[in-house]
Amino acid sequence: MATDLNILSSNLNEAFSDKVVSLEERLGELTLVVKASDMLGVFTRLRDDADLRFEELIDVCGIDYSAYGSELCEEGRYLPDVPREGRRFAAVYHLLSVTHNVRLRVRVFAEDDAMPVLNSVNEIWPSANWFEREAFDLYGIIFVGHPDLRRILTDYGFVGNPFRKDFPLSGTVEMRYDAAQKRVVYEPVTVEPREITPRTMREENYGRS
Amino acid sequence: MAEIKNYTMNFGPQHPAAHGVLRLVLELDGEVIERADPHIGLLHRATEKLAEHKTFLQTVPYMDRLDYVSMMMNEHAYVMAIEKLAGIEVPVRAQYIRVMYDEITRILNHLLWLGAHALDLGAMSLMFYTFREREDLMDAYEAVSGARMHAAYYRPGGVYRDLPDSMPQYEASKIHNAAAVKKLNENRQGSLLDFLDDFANRFPRHVDEYETLLTNNRIWKQRTVGIGVVSPERAMALGFTGPMLRGSGVVWDLRKKQPYEVYDKLDFDIPVGVEGDCYDRYLVRVEEMRQSNRIIKQCIAWLRQNPGPVMTDDLKFGPPKRESMKQNMEELIHHFKLFTEGFHVPAGEVYSAVEHAKGEFGIYLVSDGANKPYRMKIRAPGFPHLASLEEMAKGHMIADVVAIIGTQDIVFGEIDR
Repeated sequence: MATDLNILSSNLNEAFSDKVVSLEERLGELTLVVKASDMLGVFTRLRDDADLRFEELIDVCGIDYSAYGSELCEEGRYLPDVPREGRRFAAVYHLLSVTHNVRLRVRVFAEDDAMPVLNSVNEIWPSANWFEREAFDLYGIIFVGHPDLRRILTDYGFVGNPFRKDFPLSGTVEMRYDAAQKRVVYEPVTVEPREITPRTMREENYGRS
Repeated sequence: MAEIKNYTMNFGPQHPAAHGVLRLVLELDGEVIERADPHIGLLHRATEKLAEHKTFLQTVPYMDRLDYVSMMMNEHAYVMAIEKLAGIEVPVRAQYIRVMYDEITRILNHLLWLGAHALDLGAMSLMFYTFREREDLMDAYEAVSGARMHAAYYRPGGVYRDLPDSMPQYEASKIHNAAAVKKLNENRQGSLLDFLDDFANRFPRHVDEYETLLTNNRIWKQRTVGIGVVSPERAMALGFTGPMLRGSGVVWDLRKKQPYEVYDKLDFDIPVGVEGDCYDRYLVRVEEMRQSNRIIKQCIAWLRQNPGPVMTDDLKFGPPKRESMKQNMEELIHHFKLFTEGFHVPAGEVYSAVEHAKGEFGIYLVSDGANKPYRMKIRAPGFPHLASLEEMAKGHMIADVVAIIGTQDIVFGEIDR
């Protein structure tokens, strides 16, 4: 696997020399960061180039980096290996090449925090269809060119993007059956937010002598 | 003559053949499917969001509840992600136990799938046979973890405890008299490994029984041959993995191609289909059960020979021994810290995948160095499979939709998460 990754990373550098924002290997996994404006060209080449041949899009994952390591660590440590540049939303694509038996992770940051927009890769891999709908539903990332960008996991008529870091865990509405009206009604939540185990960070090698 | 128009039909969410809470909006031209729009999310519990608010260890039981017919495999991907990111070494015996339970779980999953799929297509009796065998495997689950389904047995650093030396016994009751109880307890006299060994010796014969009922059955073939055909190229483009991909003839199995734990030391074969229809996927899964049984046998033989630890001795991740905890301050503190604050996983990101019974089950874990994950994404195999339902069902009759849902092995715990 290690040699495969070396070959792959040199192939990637060769193919996208001007488009690679960063390319890094960690824990035996290769992560490529590209700009949102370059993504369609890069993904098409990743699928079609004989040296790359990523036939399968395994996963698309939306991420909200707004709280990453921020308030908890004194140095305000952000992703050390990612040129995040203050941008909040990203989509992470996991690709698999059946031919070459390698995996690749591609991260694309959305430029605008207020309205995160990325291009849809649905034309390149049809499996992106639902994955992108999911990222749209949970994070509000808009995928331009998606044929059917509807909510997928949340309730009909849901308001908000539940996986954003500023969305409360308890949600905003609760529902019950109202006997008088003889229908289900939605009301603001009555649940008090609580934290059972606080989120903590420790220095490296904490507790090790 | 009356003009016939297309009409729209709701299939589910309370339909027994919908395998859970699938709402399927079908547009029909007579009995032929024109459009199929699955509405999912009726079982959405935001597991990924909950995980962001729990310590790493507290999320393990949530994993069982994703794909609730192959519980331990879900845990496996999750604990492997943590181990990879934190660099925890897992004892070999724990790896063998995990592999053995993964294969037990694969059989459990395929047995339920086979029973339910056959039931959907009109073969009532098979369910009774498959559930007979499932019962034994559930007992094996219970013997190690105390729970028949939601085990929470795999932990970061190993497994919760070693295999027990004795099996629980049936007791006499209103239904079973002493003689009947004695017969029930016959294969429970030895250790768990003896019990499993007895099962593994019996099981191939039981698979033969299922095959007698289905493989050459004329009705079964009429319902499955040529239904839901997917070409290999299309299967890859649609994100298929596992038996769905192998049914289309793509030679791909993570256990062989990207081996994890001790799969590279075991001897087993990967069945591959030819046509890519429901019947081939049925044959692939049946053969997988036989191969799983082979793996279980090899694991039993190894585990008998090689006693040893089943949990990492790094006290920052694995709990200390109960006995030493009662005597040493150091161990007591470790225990307290581990189960209150939890352990900290170094900042970084990792993707770990296992060859789940349904396909590739992956966990993408992002940590910022805290005691809770920053983001955890569950890559459920059933999600892209169900997404392709429209493509697979278009042009087929409405009764074939049931066969296609069955062949996809849909479980909503993992799709809706």
